[in-house]
Amino acid sequence: MSGFLSSSIARKVAMALSALFLIFFLIIHLAVNLTSLFSEEVFNQASHFMGTNPLIQFAMQPILIFGVVFHFVMGFVLELKNKKSRNVKYVKYNGAASASWMSRNMAISGMAILAFIVLHFIDFWFPEMNHKYIEFLPEDPTRYFAELQHKFTNPLRVGAYVIAFILLALHLLHGFQSAFQSIGFNNKYTKCVKNFGTIYSIVIPLGFIIIALCHYFNH
Amino acid sequence: MNLTLKIWRQKGPQDKGQMVEYKVTDISEHMSFLEMMDVLNEQLVAKDEVPIAFDHDCREGICGMCSLHINGEPHGPDRGITTCQLHMRTFKDGDTIYIEPWRAKAFPVIKDLIVDRMAFERIQQAGGYISVNTSGNTQDANAIPISKLNADLSMDAAACIGCGACVASCKNSSAMLFVSAKVSQFALLPQGKIEAADRVRNMVKQMDEEGFGNCTNTGACEVECPKGISLENIARMNREYLKASII
Ligand code: SF4
Ligand code: FES
Repeated sequence: MSGFLSSSIARKVAMALSALFLIFFLIIHLAVNLTSLFSEEVFNQASHFMGTNPLIQFAMQPILIFGVVFHFVMGFVLELKNKKSRNVKYVKYNGAASASWMSRNMAISGMAILAFIVLHFIDFWFPEMNHKYIEFLPEDPTRYFAELQHKFTNPLRVGAYVIAFILLALHLLHGFQSAFQSIGFNNKYTKCVKNFGTIYSIVIPLGFIIIALCHYFNH
Repeated sequence: MNLTLKIWRQKGPQDKGQMVEYKVTDISEHMSFLEMMDVLNEQLVAKDEVPIAFDHDCREGICGMCSLHINGEPHGPDRGITTCQLHMRTFKDGDTIYIEPWRAKAFPVIKDLIVDRMAFERIQQAGGYISVNTSGNTQDANAIPISKLNADLSMDAAACIGCGACVASCKNSSAMLFVSAKVSQFALLPQGKIEAADRVRNMVKQMDEEGFGNCTNTGACEVECPKGISLENIARMNREYLKASII
């Protein structure tokens, strides 16, 4: 990688900015999903809007995919480079003495989240793209809720989703405040950011888990 | 107290090296860790064996020469101290202690427990200074108004002794804490402002070229640093770097 992204700090900032973007996206995704708990109609309307609005489909969606791919690719590039920076390993290394498990295992939680995203794309996004842009099937603005319910009948899928969201929570517990530190935001508000980050990291994944479980038990 | 020591022995930079076990007996708990190493070395010399090479100089926590990764942590299990300030009372009779050199590609082993920390030196030379005319009419530093807060923060950053424990503790072997301390101590003072942009750009460039890893904000460096250098310095360096790159 050359140019601006060749420096370690620039990469770190790029990781942080893509992370903050994804953190913001999670809120929107959760908000849409939450409507499915209260009203089939509102969920269908929200999904239809998200799925057909040209601004969202052709501007936001590509940006989001770029953000996801960038965050993963850069994350793994950095992880590999970091591994190489210690060519001879310690015989005894007590990492837990000075840093949290979450902060030391972002690559592991990241890989679990990647596996989840692949599953999630196979479940929802590929069928959706196929429906709209490949087979050009007729648009039924009420189909979304039934599709969602159908997906959450399989206990294995629900289990995988729950595990993935627990790992997402662990990833966020370090990642949220880390993103702020990376962009140079460390001041009198840092305590607030850390506390808010902890709440966010637990509440958002928990929200997704509750939605998955509700549909599983209520179908 | 009696101890079992597992120590990294390596004849030279090209040697593969290995852990070797030693026993020491009757170690006083009042000894410093390095004095315990001295006792062991005297034993080895008496037996006509090659003593263990390790770095040290001031033995009072100010020079940054002593290193040693002890039981999985730089400078051992205590906080806010260097290895020369670590006392044997931290350990128990019968303990097994692992002693290894700093591990980082940018800190190659020279011999046994001694590593080459010239990478830090080269980073300093890339910008860790201010250019002052010393021809005789230098302005008195005390004549320049500086806020107390910034003076204190700069002084805190300047406490870094360049020991390398931050790199040794970091799972990524990142040198960000060291470099950020050196960038901060000048960036906070009016005298350092003039060369601030070039300084941070050049020091970060040199840091990357030396092969240190990328910081992922685990915070291990701050915990292990004997001088309490804060992660705030890393955030400051990130800001300085962004400012210097964008403007
Ligand atoms: S920042 Fe701390 S640990 Fe790193 S070189 Fe300076 S004094 Fe040593
Ligand atoms: S020998 Fe100088 S700091 Fe330890």
